[in-house]
Amino acid sequence: MSEKFDAIVVGAGPSGNAAAYTLAKSGLKVLQMERGEYAGSKNVQGAILYADALEKMIPDFRDDAPLERHIIEQRMWVMDDDSFVGTHYRSDGFNKEPFNRYTIIRAQFDKWFSAKVQEAGALVICETTVTDLLRDESNRVVGVQVDRDGGSIYADVVILADGVNSLLARKAGFHPELEPKNVALAVKEIHFMPQETLQERFNIGEEEGVVIELFGKITQGMMGTGFLYTNKESIAVGVGCMLSDFKEQKTTPYALLEQMKNHPSIKPLLAGGEMKEYTAHLIPEGGYKTIPKLYGDGWLIVGDSGMFVNAVHREGSNLAMTTGRIAAETVIDLVKEGKAMTAANLSIYRSRLDGSFVMKDLKKYQEMPEIFDANRQFFTIYPELVNRSAHHMLHVDGVDKKTKEREIFSSFRAKRSLFGLMGDAYKLWRAFR
Amino acid sequence: MHIVVCIKQVPDSAQIRVHPVTNTIMRQGVPAIINPYDLFALEEALRLKDQHGGTVTVITMGPPQAEAALRKALSFGADDAILITDRAFAGADTLATSFALASAIRQIQKNMPVDMVFTGKQTIDGDTAQVGPGVAKRLDMQLLTYVSKVVSVKPDKAEIVVERRAEGGVQVLKTRLPCLVTVLDGNNQMRFANMPNMFRAARHPLKRWSREEAGIVDEDIAKIGLKGSPTVVSKVFAPTPKSERAEMIAVESGDPKDLAVTVLAKMFTRFPAVEKEIAKRAQ
Repeated sequence: MSEKFDAIVVGAGPSGNAAAYTLAKSGLKVLQMERGEYAGSKNVQGAILYADALEKMIPDFRDDAPLERHIIEQRMWVMDDDSFVGTHYRSDGFNKEPFNRYTIIRAQFDKWFSAKVQEAGALVICETTVTDLLRDESNRVVGVQVDRDGGSIYADVVILADGVNSLLARKAGFHPELEPKNVALAVKEIHFMPQETLQERFNIGEEEGVVIELFGKITQGMMGTGFLYTNKESIAVGVGCMLSDFKEQKTTPYALLEQMKNHPSIKPLLAGGEMKEYTAHLIPEGGYKTIPKLYGDGWLIVGDSGMFVNAVHREGSNLAMTTGRIAAETVIDLVKEGKAMTAANLSIYRSRLDGSFVMKDLKKYQEMPEIFDANRQFFTIYPELVNRSAHHMLHVDGVDKKTKEREIFSSFRAKRSLFGLMGDAYKLWRAFR
Repeated sequence: MHIVVCIKQVPDSAQIRVHPVTNTIMRQGVPAIINPYDLFALEEALRLKDQHGGTVTVITMGPPQAEAALRKALSFGADDAILITDRAFAGADTLATSFALASAIRQIQKNMPVDMVFTGKQTIDGDTAQVGPGVAKRLDMQLLTYVSKVVSVKPDKAEIVVERRAEGGVQVLKTRLPCLVTVLDGNNQMRFANMPNMFRAARHPLKRWSREEAGIVDEDIAKIGLKGSPTVVSKVFAPTPKSERAEMIAVESGDPKDLAVTVLAKMFTRFPAVEKEIAKRAQ
């Protein structure tokens, strides 16, 4: 007496929840499996919620979703050892509803999202691991096998939303083994402090929030970035670098974070806080070129398992939700048209993604991982040069400004040569174009 | 055979912290689990069901989120689950809790007689071990506490034999049914739920009983919740952790060999028996 569903969604992160929610809302019989104790128990993110992706599914999410602060200011800091050169963008335009970005605490947010999925009518089963996909004689995926007795469950389509380290996709041969150079390892801490202290420190009001992106020598030459986000009464601070770099440099992530927290520009922001949470997670940052095949007979891949992360703009959960939603819409349309879940029919999912911001953005930055990987000067020499130039210019010591300019330029040339500078400018343009 | 199992959702004490200023338990962010002793009780009940057939009903008194604990119990194989939840129950101590639970069990008995009530020997958050005996007394049931093993149950003779851990040994006790059994962390381990039971638990229409549905009439309202709780918490404090006396051992030479000799010499002075034993074995 095995069960049969219209669709099975494996995983209860943003992509899985988006898929299960959209499917269930349309009236399909949906089963969602999660190996963690509850939805979100395995999930880690900075975390910024981009309203747009969620709004497309749950327009009134602001009414009851657990949101921390909406972002009104974005800072970008290029770090040297004891200084930074930064840009800040702050706008009262970000204070007009509906707000565009929020900080969230994923443990709370995911519970809320999962409750919505269940309200929509999906059956959510936790603490159960999908160990394999079931196939029929023509190799079509027809269901899943779980790690419990009587654990063969059938469905017309299986959506793999089981995250960056998608064991299922790898086992099924949909996805090659993850390479260390295509995944970042990020670690994060949450420091609690009184709301008033935090607001004073960041010059923000009751509901307002700040994002600080950190780049440069804090990653010790490794390819990666750091971040600092303000929650309601806590600060999330973290850093992530490519796994291959950690391996090569034999640096531990927590040591890197510890050193970053002690940077003279960051330390005062965290002062007096109480660290209550430490988490780590892999982020698929290989970009466009590492996206695996996304569909086949009876299956689709969404979210992190499909490598849908825009590392440049720190977007991931919105790509996850969008791919989950589009996958679900594809299935719903096929059901409506009475079509089978064949690879040919499900290929609409890929073409719809190609037409969306998801693929367009990832395509735009497809060269970036390789360019940055091959040009570490962007993480070391340039942040140092820029910082020292600023220091030199602002240090008043009787030397005239023209001479200072000349000295700064020759410091650049000494480090990178004229050709090197021009080459780097071209590479940077290519990476971002 | 009908067994009622009383469970409680408790904060996972392995992950609990005490607020440094107020000295109260900080429940925020601490995962809620089924009281571990109650799980042993449930498993014991399920094993009896496996042997003799019958019904296992799980009940808990608690806030709405205690539903998760009941669903988990259902996934292990319990047949039915009742959440006794009402604002009127808030602030209950062991006296008020046992009154409410006994009343609910009486309501259950109206539909199906209850042969046994199983529960953990105590909860890991209150550690009183009073609720089980309180319920037994109110229901006028035989009481078996600190049971490490149910040896046998003979439904036709309405008889139960258990092993009870007592000071200085194990007692083998026999009594008649109905009885209430409080269970120790015995030698049973909770089963791994099968998939059909996972589905059943997720879909089960859980019963939610208010005060009235639990059979508590208006006249008895002073016997439940905060009003029915004579226990007063006068002071809460976190004991200062006892520091084990540690000694730094260093040798001037810094040579590991010298260090080992020094450590051994110290150890042998403190525990001469160890030295003798080593010397004996070396021969």
